[in-house]
Amino acid sequence: MSASTPKQGRPDAAAEDVRTLEATPSCSATRVVERDAEPAGPAGNPRNEGASGHKSGGRAAADVAARIIMWGAFVLAVIPLVWILWSVVSNGLELVGSPRWWSDDAAGTSARRPGGGALHAIVGTLEMAAVTALIAVPIGVLTAVYLVEYGRGRLARLVSFMVDILTGVPSIVAGLFIYAFWVTTLGGQRIPFAATLSLVLLMIPVVVRSTEEMLKLVPNELREASFALGVPKWKTIVQVVLPTAFSGIVTGILLGLARVMGETAPLIILAPYTKYLQGDLFANLMATLPTMINDNRTEVTQAAIDRAWAASLTLILIILAFNLVGRLIARTSKVKA
Amino acid sequence: MTSVTGVSAPDPSPTSSVASRSTGRLGDRVFSGLSIGAGTLVVVLVLLIGLFLVTQAVPALQRNEVNFLTSSEWTVSGEHPRFGVAGLLWVTVVSSIIAMLLAVPVGVAVALFLTQYAPTWLARPAAGTIDLLAAVPSIVYGLWGLRQFGPVLVPVQQFFAQYFGWIPIFAPNNGLSGNVSTIFVVGVVLAIMILPIVTALSREVFAQTPRAHIEGAMALGATKWETIRTAVLPFGKPGVISAAMLGLGRALGETLAVTIILATLAPGTPWVASLFNGGETFASKIANNAGEFDTPQKTGAFLAAGLVLFLLTFVVNAIARIVIERRKAFSE
Amino acid sequence: MKTQRLAVVSSLALTGVLALAGCGGGNSGSTNPGGGGGETQAAESGDGNCFSGNLTAEGSSAQKNAFEEAVNLYSENCQDAKISYNPTGSGAGIKQFIAGQVNFAGSDSALKTEAKDGKIEQQQADAACASPAWNIPMVTGPIAIAYNVPGVEKLTLTPAVTADIFTGKVKTWNDPAIAKVNAGVNLPATPIKPFFRSDESGTTENFTKYLAAAAPKNWTAEPAKKWSGKGQGVEKSAGVTNGVKGTEGGITYTELSYAKDAGLKYAQIDNGAGPVELTGESVGKAVAAAKPAGEGNDLKLKLDYATKEAGAYPILLVTYEIVCSTYKDQATGTNVRSFLTSFASQDTQTAIEEIGYAPLPAEVRSKVETAIAAIK
Repeated sequence: MSASTPKQGRPDAAAEDVRTLEATPSCSATRVVERDAEPAGPAGNPRNEGASGHKSGGRAAADVAARIIMWGAFVLAVIPLVWILWSVVSNGLELVGSPRWWSDDAAGTSARRPGGGALHAIVGTLEMAAVTALIAVPIGVLTAVYLVEYGRGRLARLVSFMVDILTGVPSIVAGLFIYAFWVTTLGGQRIPFAATLSLVLLMIPVVVRSTEEMLKLVPNELREASFALGVPKWKTIVQVVLPTAFSGIVTGILLGLARVMGETAPLIILAPYTKYLQGDLFANLMATLPTMINDNRTEVTQAAIDRAWAASLTLILIILAFNLVGRLIARTSKVKA
Repeated sequence: MTSVTGVSAPDPSPTSSVASRSTGRLGDRVFSGLSIGAGTLVVVLVLLIGLFLVTQAVPALQRNEVNFLTSSEWTVSGEHPRFGVAGLLWVTVVSSIIAMLLAVPVGVAVALFLTQYAPTWLARPAAGTIDLLAAVPSIVYGLWGLRQFGPVLVPVQQFFAQYFGWIPIFAPNNGLSGNVSTIFVVGVVLAIMILPIVTALSREVFAQTPRAHIEGAMALGATKWETIRTAVLPFGKPGVISAAMLGLGRALGETLAVTIILATLAPGTPWVASLFNGGETFASKIANNAGEFDTPQKTGAFLAAGLVLFLLTFVVNAIARIVIERRKAFSE
Repeated sequence: MKTQRLAVVSSLALTGVLALAGCGGGNSGSTNPGGGGGETQAAESGDGNCFSGNLTAEGSSAQKNAFEEAVNLYSENCQDAKISYNPTGSGAGIKQFIAGQVNFAGSDSALKTEAKDGKIEQQQADAACASPAWNIPMVTGPIAIAYNVPGVEKLTLTPAVTADIFTGKVKTWNDPAIAKVNAGVNLPATPIKPFFRSDESGTTENFTKYLAAAAPKNWTAEPAKKWSGKGQGVEKSAGVTNGVKGTEGGITYTELSYAKDAGLKYAQIDNGAGPVELTGESVGKAVAAAKPAGEGNDLKLKLDYATKEAGAYPILLVTYEIVCSTYKDQATGTNVRSFLTSFASQDTQTAIEEIGYAPLPAEVRSKVETAIAAIK
């Protein structure tokens, strides 16, 4: 979302000046170290830039080669990605295009009875995503703030490490863990809310990691300038640091949301599928798009396969809508200079 | 970067009024308390998950009659449970390595392309599409991989088996190289699955490279590629490693895509190094059997496998962390 | 300022949600075994058999299609009834039933009365219900041996040859053992590629029970939900069916409905009295020969897999509904009774025959109806 503008925040002119002054020497320092750490480039030797500063043939060739490789990588990556999108769209469009899809639940359909809607699953997915985000985003962002702005010493390293571990918890283990906690230990019913707790576990690390990276990129000079003006640290974080990194944070949250909205395994364990519209997070069953896909993919009839693709397409469309909204928020809420 | 907080103690400048100071202090205390609380919560959650896995796994492990780490047997119920994770470890690690080898270089290159090379008319929609693909649920990657992409990869497998069959990992393996449900296909599908994640995060980081760094490099007469190598890449490296780790986390723990694509082996099948073979990863093993967790012993055995995956992630992340720290030490 | 407010709001939201989580835990802390979902909404309507509200069941994937058909027929008359079935597997169904998460379970085998890893299913289920739990056979279905060998329209298999194929002893389609029982069929030299269910499954259990009973010398492994033969494992019935469909030389065991839907050919079985084609009639004959076991209203069916009766297709699967004889919540009991009565009715049983299942034989059906009527 910020491909063309590397720097969103322009808090005040003073900070800007400090930054430019500071940045130049630190930049060249980095360059020097980098040269030492990494000897020759893959093609040619870029170090003989020498006195004249003219680009020698080898360096130019390396530059062209890099350009070709970048284009090549892009094309290579785009092929399967466009292919998968095309598969989903071409297989799912027919059902998704019918008005019933958006207004009905799937009551009365089966592997052999085609048609039906996905309203029940759409409602379930949105509700669960909202509640998951409501819990996971504050925890995730605050943890990232802790790591970047406050964290020092052992606890910070421990937290950081634990976040890494959390990224590696397979979704099914998260599901089993919440099952053990909620059903076996607390003796509760399997309810959609319990499923959102396992989704929270999966979303937190994504939010923390991406937010952390973004916060680290906020130039230190901004903070110092703010402190110099007598702004307390927490206000600096809330009013300078977070807004500067806002678009990146939103991307991270959207990535996290996308991940949990497509997550299937914990939902199978904790929020069994139903064909009926059911919006109560504390009732027994709730349909979501992933479990709807899962319910239909284990059939060989065309009716079921069509529904599985259509549900996939619906999920992607919803996430696309989220992305667009997120982008809009990121753009309109940039801190004005 | 660690010095960010070191320099700037929350001490407001002497000119600020007493009132704003005290609210500042209170606000600071509340805010830092909240953020420390959130961090601690994460630690507690992970410890609880670890504790859960250990308490479930240990009783089953105590009754296990073969070496848990070196055996590939899997008999978990009855009086004489015999189970080990060697086979699972192999498939999990190998499929993730394939995924990383493909996804990280390509992902980083695409991110560089989008931030440094692509014309704006292309960069924006392409970035949007790739973000969108990070959103495609893994179950869809599984369906697509099995039905549409896998069959296309089969000739590639056969090519490798025919010309590089002398390398053990490309051994034709009794014609299984003609099969869709192999570790190789899973690895490639996983790579495609994590590619958008790696790309999206790397792109975000590269885009934040300070203008001054880039301009500095350019002013010294560097070509675009040299600018990338000397300014953009070093700046984004920790972020790229972090993105790769997120991707690796997904690949190691991916459940449904693997379960859908990968064929399991019949019990007692001897181990071969070939990538053109079936098998199970930790997560797919658990998923294939989660429906039948009817006794604590059985559940324990599967969660012991989950525990190994958990520890595996631990180790991988620790290594990555050391790499990042060392880089920092160099560049500061 | 805007962002500051945002942070405050979100931290408030956080504490709110956490508090909510606490409440949720407290409220649902009381389990109601065997009377899980929908106990609050479920309300019996005065007239007829309909109810409005939720009924939840979970278990065997083998009966999923029959169950859905039964639900659709039931809701034609009772539109307010919301009956959900999750095909997570027999073991999962029983586990959730015992944990009080579902109203009844679907299972490919009756509750076990002998101890397994220190637990006796029947006792646990009885305890969860606070009354005896009953097994009610509801759906029977043939397991087809589906294959993909171009040019071979008709294939006959004996139990011994089947066992040898699935243990990897017979490796090619033109093996003399196969040729011997298929005189006149032109068999190719294609390698045989058996597919099995990678998930634990009642279909695997019933198929291996058949092999162990009908060909004990060739199939020596203990029948189990987990596959113990050779081949490559694919997830779920749809997976093995698609696997065979896409693989020349493939063979698998799967519910008839999947083989039919995928357009696969399936083998005739010769248990010793000549080849028997898989038809509704031949399945009905085998089901009719099944012996009831169990006492009173707790019905179990004992299949004779080794039957040598002429014209009976022997590879069968019986799936049960596992219910409480007396539900703690009376409305739940009434609802279960109402739905299962419809499920066992002649109309529904005829309808599921069309999609590849076999109807309950008349004698068994009348016993089932008696048992269902006794559910409280």
